[in-house]
Amino acid sequence: MLNKIDLKGMRIAVTGGTSGLGLALVRNLAASRARVAFVARRAQLVKRVSRETNACGIVGDVGLKEDIHAMALEIAWNLGGLDVLINNASSLGPTPLKLLADTECEELHEALAVNVLGPFRVTKALFGALAASAREGRGAVVINISSDAAVSAYPGWGAYGAAKAALSHMTTIWAEEAKDEGVRFLSLDPGDMDTPLHALAVPDADPATLKRPEDVAQEIVVSMLGALRENAPLELARRP
Amino acid sequence: MTAADRIDRQFAKLLVADADGVISHLPRAALASLFHSGDLVVANDAATLPASLQGVHRPTGEPMEVRLAGWLSFRDPLRFVAVVFGAGDHRTLTEDRPPPPLLSAGDQLEFGPLIASVECLLDHPRLVHIHFTGHPASVVRGLVQHGRPIQYAHIPEPLNLWDVWTRIAADPITFEAPSAGFALDWRTLKGWRERGVGFATLSHAAGLSSTGDAALDRRLPFEEFYRIPEACASAIETAKSRSRRVIAIGTSVVRALESAANADGTVRAGEGRASGRIARGPRLRIVDAILTGVHQPGESHYELLGAFAADQILDRMHAAADERGYRTHEFGDSLLIERQ
Repeated sequence: MLNKIDLKGMRIAVTGGTSGLGLALVRNLAASRARVAFVARRAQLVKRVSRETNACGIVGDVGLKEDIHAMALEIAWNLGGLDVLINNASSLGPTPLKLLADTECEELHEALAVNVLGPFRVTKALFGALAASAREGRGAVVINISSDAAVSAYPGWGAYGAAKAALSHMTTIWAEEAKDEGVRFLSLDPGDMDTPLHALAVPDADPATLKRPEDVAQEIVVSMLGALRENAPLELARRP
Repeated sequence: MTAADRIDRQFAKLLVADADGVISHLPRAALASLFHSGDLVVANDAATLPASLQGVHRPTGEPMEVRLAGWLSFRDPLRFVAVVFGAGDHRTLTEDRPPPPLLSAGDQLEFGPLIASVECLLDHPRLVHIHFTGHPASVVRGLVQHGRPIQYAHIPEPLNLWDVWTRIAADPITFEAPSAGFALDWRTLKGWRERGVGFATLSHAAGLSSTGDAALDRRLPFEEFYRIPEACASAIETAKSRSRRVIAIGTSVVRALESAANADGTVRAGEGRASGRIARGPRLRIVDAILTGVHQPGESHYELLGAFAADQILDRMHAAADERGYRTHEFGDSLLIERQ
């Protein structure tokens, strides 16, 4: 077992928590005794992951404006506040991947709705809770999951890459603006992982060349603790 | 809320009555440049629940609306004090709403996915205790799915949660929005921080501002729960020890802080409940100034202002606000009153 970190009492929300990296994060955080809420679209999967991990499962779609405050309310209610928000839910845009000139406007729109507007809205709705946590000396961190497609121009990854680039830049600006509120922002690139999303994008990839989402989840938890320590030091965060 | 109202917020007005009763008018955006280094602003960070539920009284099949108005036990989402109405919604003036169906203790009520029962009738036909069936988390989910924010006839468009959450909304416990907090944005908080003005929050679960029934309205506000974090209590102690001012954003903050006040001018951190109206009677121990909406004489909110300024000054403020077209509703303009 990789995780020996004790996150007891830490209140963490993960979007896209029923598959790939999100699922690995929910499992890792729940096993580390954090109080975890996760959001995903499919009720049955949400129920299954909730049963398995004892984390609080919330059905919702970060791509839909109407769902955002409802999920924010459920997160804040069930966790009794929020210390860490991990915006992990992601959309590839069109699959199979398309060249930009073949991409329908609606497909780009959907990628932007889930990868940019979604995290913006969820973060904004929960920013009050995060800032409150910072004021109480618990620290607060927002982690936005990015991709190397946000930086490198991979043909066929236009909708996803453009959306992730926007998310990544938004994260750096928000980091500057929220610093004095005590809310830290991190943009993390997990690398190529053996996940359903990667399989959709690159169906013939050799899984042996890909990172395991469990390992990446552990790296993210370490970065999260680093950010908490750096900011408003939390009793929990100082533990080895 | 309409887009126009939202844009209006940027151009909102602020009437200031200083400690000598001198009245001035500012754009509300000027808030960021008010107050002095060492002063402390305290706001209510409660997030608004969708506390209006449309449903059916099962024994008669008649439609009804329930407005959750208070916690019976703080944060227990199964039991509430509630105000009940007959058929209709917020577009009818509350005073014109028909009475609820004839209720008896034990009656089953159905609100979309939620089932509740009347736990007991109180001493007014509109006032009951209700009890939801199920697991607390599923009841909260049912509220989120089926409930709507409580609203009144002056805004006919249905409000969404994003309309009734302030920028700083954090803790989903309040039945109506702590509306003075609509005056705050992160830019204002940044302005205060840069000038050494402190900022702290508490969470206060405000109940209904109006029931439509004169006798019931006279009893408002009902008992309200709050939580004051250690960080807030200690910031107040620091401000007071340096003889700096404490500025409350809204009447709910005044109620919570004065109810948690010790004789030595400190406040008790933790949970508590505020009961009874604050008016001229009890002397304010903590709060030196209040930012509030423009309330009408007779409202409990308005009476609370009597603890800050004499009647003739409140009357002058009211006349000045009226003359300059200050908007009185919960998304309207603001008053800042320094204690005399």
